Amino acid sequence: MDWGPIYLTLKLAFATTFILLLVGIPLGNWLSRTTSWWKPLVETLVSMPLVLPPTVLGFYFLIAFGPEQFLGGWIDKWFGVKLVFSFPGLVLASVIYSLPFMVQPIHSGLSSLPNSLLEASELMGKSKWKTLLKVGLPNIKPSLLTGIILSFAHTVGEFGVVLMIGGSIPNKTRVASIAIYEEVEALNYTTAHTYSLLLLVLAFGVLLSVYLINGGYLKRFWK
Amino acid sequence: MIALDISKRLRAEGGYLDLHINVRIEAGEWVTLYGPSGVGKTSTLRMLSGLMKPDKGSIIVSDTTWFDASKKVNLKPGLRNIGYVFQDFALFPNMTVRQNLEFARKKSGDGKMLTTVLDMIELADLQDQKPASLSGGQKQRVALARALVQEPKVLLLDEPLSALDPAMRFKLQEYLIRVHKEFKLTTLLVSHDISEISRLSNTVLVMEKGKIIRQGSPSQVLLRHDVSGKFKFTGVIISIEKADLMYVANVLVQDQVVRVIATAEEVSTLKPGDQVMVASKAFNPLIYKLEI
Repeated sequence: MDWGPIYLTLKLAFATTFILLLVGIPLGNWLSRTTSWWKPLVETLVSMPLVLPPTVLGFYFLIAFGPEQFLGGWIDKWFGVKLVFSFPGLVLASVIYSLPFMVQPIHSGLSSLPNSLLEASELMGKSKWKTLLKVGLPNIKPSLLTGIILSFAHTVGEFGVVLMIGGSIPNKTRVASIAIYEEVEALNYTTAHTYSLLLLVLAFGVLLSVYLINGGYLKRFWK
Repeated sequence: MIALDISKRLRAEGGYLDLHINVRIEAGEWVTLYGPSGVGKTSTLRMLSGLMKPDKGSIIVSDTTWFDASKKVNLKPGLRNIGYVFQDFALFPNMTVRQNLEFARKKSGDGKMLTTVLDMIELADLQDQKPASLSGGQKQRVALARALVQEPKVLLLDEPLSALDPAMRFKLQEYLIRVHKEFKLTTLLVSHDISEISRLSNTVLVMEKGKIIRQGSPSQVLLRHDVSGKFKFTGVIISIEKADLMYVANVLVQDQVVRVIATAEEVSTLKPGDQVMVASKAFNPLIYKLEI
């Protein structure tokens, strides 16, 4: 069996989750604090991938970042990165596609913290950044974990976006979900079964771990 | 010395509340803000601390301008040297008692302050516990200790004792009196509890609809004239009974019911639920040593 697609899926999921964490924390924090008129607009944009067909997202991505397009050509010229039919493009699209799964738990976690906690830290002369790192984030660990796990799992389960902008280039853009589709088309049911079962077990394990940790079951067990 | 002259329009139930406070507070004074909910007591503390920005006016503390709307001066809360005890205590749940205090401590401050405070407020045994495992009274003490390790000049207390039972309140009032004297603080308290106010404060500001309507010593303000009794207690009337020609009022003082004789004329202005002061002038008290 070719392990390439499984390896590529995990690589994509890890890279996407890591970048999302870097993007999601400041964004979620901003959304939880701001009273700006921009907030509803930003919230809408962040949540769009939840309701938009992945093909729509992939289509516009293709239009924007194709090498013959202005933006795509510019990025290629200045950064030497091709975003269409390449792994970096896949990561960028996945980040946009899984954005709500990271931002929303962080946003709601930080919003649910009592304001007085942050104000107490402010009165102690701590910067906003230090308050977020030492008071905000450590008190929303379950939300952070939910965000990480859901983004990871959602990226593993991606199909439409990848197909639109990545195609199916072995070891470059041919992730497990695409591989399954192609194996089935080629009537190669045994391989399709193996990939499917692996994804099924992975998804089950990942979600179960969220509920175990957030439900406090593990702590109870270790005590 | 605090010179407070601030105005702010606040959104309130069914419209706006125009808050206007103009008051001078001497260094070392204990001032209590008293009045019904929603008259702007907490907002006054928040504006003094910098957590809320006044629309107009100025705040000057010992010759330093903290806020001046006309000169666009607005000192950050962290630079105002204020200890603030929140109504919900605002302890950081992810840190132990000691870590809470260490986080609050000034880097440039007195290194021994933390130990001094831990001893004074008797928290040494609790220092490795997380806030979630503490009782209400313990949380209150930690919140007070955390405010003190910041070495503030001004201590702001927003109804810190309202969630506690009477016995615990009494004990914590003693801690408050002790730290107010020991650290030479200027203290502002928001409170609804008359016995607490008369026990703790030098000056009471009675607020109504965003304004100070009366101010003075607790007995001046709350009784509207001075009482020169040897014994004074405040309490709540539970019931009034008729006994022959006189009346007997049952008054709850702390957790004891005291029976007080009253004339028909006095009773005419009283009803159960009223806050009263019971004073006694000429009588021979007996004193007994308690075996504890």
